[in-house]
Amino acid sequence: MTSPDSEIPMVQLLTLEGEFSAAREYAEYAELIRELREADFLKFYRDMARIRRFDNEATALQRQGQMGLWVPAVGQEAAQIGSGYGVGPNDHIFPSYREHGVAITHGVDLMSIVKMYRGVNHGGWNPHETRFHLYAIVLGTQALHATGYAMGLNFEGRVGTGNPESDLAVITYFGDGATAEGDISESFLFAATHNTPQVFFCQNNQWAISSPVGTQTKVPLFKRGEGFGVPGIRVDGNDVLACYAVTKKHMDDARNGKGPTLIEAFTYRMGAHTTSDDPSKYRDSAEVEYWKARDPLIRFEKFLRKQGVGQEFFDEVEAAGDQLAAEVREATFAMADPELESMFDHVYSDPHPLVEEQKAWLQGYEESLGGHKPETPGDDSVNYGGTR
Amino acid sequence: MSKLAYFDLPDVGEGLTEAEIVSWKVKPGDTVSVNQIIVEIETAKSLVELPCPFAGVVTQLLANEGDTVNVGAHIIEVEVSQLTAAAAGSMHEAIGEAAAAVADVASTATIEEKPQPTLVGYGVSAAGASRRKRAGVIPVPAVVVNAAPATDLIAVVPSGDQVLAKPPIRKLAKDMNVDLTKVKATGFSGEVTREDVMAAAQVASVFKNQTTPEPKSEREERIPVKGVRKAIANAMVQSAFTAPHVSIFVDVDATRTMEYVKRLKASADFAGVKVTPLLIMAKAMIWAVRRNPAVNSTWTDTEIIIHNYVNFGVAAATPRGLIVPNIKDADKLSMLELAMALEQLAATAREGKTTPQDMQNGTITVTNIGVFGVDTGTPILNPGEVGIVALGSIRPKPWVVDDQILIRQVTTIGATFDHRVVDGDVASRFVQDVASVIEEPALLLD
Repeated sequence: MTSPDSEIPMVQLLTLEGEFSAAREYAEYAELIRELREADFLKFYRDMARIRRFDNEATALQRQGQMGLWVPAVGQEAAQIGSGYGVGPNDHIFPSYREHGVAITHGVDLMSIVKMYRGVNHGGWNPHETRFHLYAIVLGTQALHATGYAMGLNFEGRVGTGNPESDLAVITYFGDGATAEGDISESFLFAATHNTPQVFFCQNNQWAISSPVGTQTKVPLFKRGEGFGVPGIRVDGNDVLACYAVTKKHMDDARNGKGPTLIEAFTYRMGAHTTSDDPSKYRDSAEVEYWKARDPLIRFEKFLRKQGVGQEFFDEVEAAGDQLAAEVREATFAMADPELESMFDHVYSDPHPLVEEQKAWLQGYEESLGGHKPETPGDDSVNYGGTR
Repeated sequence: MSKLAYFDLPDVGEGLTEAEIVSWKVKPGDTVSVNQIIVEIETAKSLVELPCPFAGVVTQLLANEGDTVNVGAHIIEVEVSQLTAAAAGSMHEAIGEAAAAVADVASTATIEEKPQPTLVGYGVSAAGASRRKRAGVIPVPAVVVNAAPATDLIAVVPSGDQVLAKPPIRKLAKDMNVDLTKVKATGFSGEVTREDVMAAAQVASVFKNQTTPEPKSEREERIPVKGVRKAIANAMVQSAFTAPHVSIFVDVDATRTMEYVKRLKASADFAGVKVTPLLIMAKAMIWAVRRNPAVNSTWTDTEIIIHNYVNFGVAAATPRGLIVPNIKDADKLSMLELAMALEQLAATAREGKTTPQDMQNGTITVTNIGVFGVDTGTPILNPGEVGIVALGSIRPKPWVVDDQILIRQVTTIGATFDHRVVDGDVASRFVQDVASVIEEPALLLD
């Protein structure tokens, strides 16, 4: 049904029925939840609902030819929103390519993600502002980038000084499939030997495209770092509170000089790997049903309702989602194609003769095509369809 | 002023150039909303449902079910009720494409003045439009702006079609060359059901050629080997050239099996369940496997794995080719459960929803070639298995009973085995056991 090791205990703070309850050994995580206010809980839910609505709209837009590709994260909202809010205000985030939820917890504009998957740019947000680095499409490379960054923080002495203004830590996101890449193992080794301030956050969504996790590893993934010296912990990835608490605790520890941790968020990708594959070809509907019953939004909604949050809140969230979807739709259709030359602009930070030469060649080639661009509307199209 | 918008077939994968229209979920006159699923398409990679980008009323479907359409071609025309920015944007795109094509036409001198039928009145083929031409270098193909009125467009809904049938049933009928207007409808309010189409197909055209096409002008045709056909070919070659096949045949009087099937059909316990001779065959094989376990095994070069369970494979001809799903642990099932499992397996296969799991770990297979009206054949083993049985047609034939020639329901059982595992004596005993049950199903009470 799920992976062979699905019975291993994991940090869970919310039962499937939305009851807040922590096993004795997880008491320190539960303490972190007690520090949260109602506004935080509502924010968690609002963001999970928001990112799911966005995700569904983006999938539809891809199906309507408005994006080259879409990578849905439906089912992983708790892992992403929870962990995203567990990351501190100075910390740096090195995502894979599915972390839309983490992105909104750190102020990345959703339309910039759409732009990237539409092919307008290669990631249009500024990592210096958001501390959320660009999506890494090549599997696992981001773990190396994160580890290098974290090593740099050690060299600069910005770890464990006790100064909350300057100390920071690093978190990197990857999936179960990426754990098979050498990059991840190399990162574990350097993180452990350099005692870097960092968290490895593995969203185990059970499937690496069509390969089930059982074919990718013989040990539970949270144990993967142990041999290198990176301790690990598994958290219920569909429990937003557990994901928040576990991430916060280990990011705080990392920032305070206690070294790296691997967090395995045990979750499930409800949709396709990307819009280019068809999951019904490789997995059972019974498995999907099993995970549907563990939907992170439904569980957290039950929790909120038990806390006395009323229907009007959920209505408001739904209306906001529809509005967001409409805005995204409108903005996507209205999105202009980039200037062709812009692709040369950021290859090097300074002008470079070879790049200039290539740019000139391409401009000449484009001119030889007669000057018009495909799918650029002409002025005479305004009265289109008027006579029918 | 009405405003028409077009939805162009998108590239739903990465770098796909075309897709097949599998089924329309809407028809002209229907009101559609944004993101409503309007059509199912099949690409080289998968079946995909497409959501509508605009809200409005469908005025035309611009491609037929079964058509392969190029990415970028208009597939549906919608009269947009409320011109949202989104719809406007897309209309813009449609226009842009046409405009670009016009520009192409205008920019070169080599235009043939030959009007061509196009999908939309003023449009040109999207393939011509989306491809840019280097000015003065490459001549433009014969594309001409055609101002034909909408009524001249391809008829999507056949005129005079008063048949009530859901789109998947229409698709099924089309695949099976069944004329829906000639099918006896038994469904609610005279709707044609799947069973009706299947029944019509049995007597009509699917399993036998009904027409003789005109000789073709071209001397050869080349059909690309891909998809299910390629998978079938690989499996057949792997099987035929690794396992030495041995085939044996036996004629058998199946009259009592036919009577038994008739009685089961009439019994209250089997009400609503499909009962066919294949069910008795399945039971017979499972029983015979117990008496001859070697035929239910796997050869691995170092060992022979005898399976003490039966994952019962059934070769199924589907619109997408031959597949062999199996019923897991079929030996644990009662007659009724087995009947339901067979029906379910067939239904799943017909709908194209058979999963890889359904096809893995089979232990023995039956192929029901009798439905094609054929007496017998030499089946090829399903890779990984050492036995396969072919059930031929069952039909009245002269048969000798007590030195008298009587008319009996006779069939031929053909079977193939992997000779590395199964020798002639075991093979013969197994086939005799199967035959004895077909001759006398009461043996199943053993």
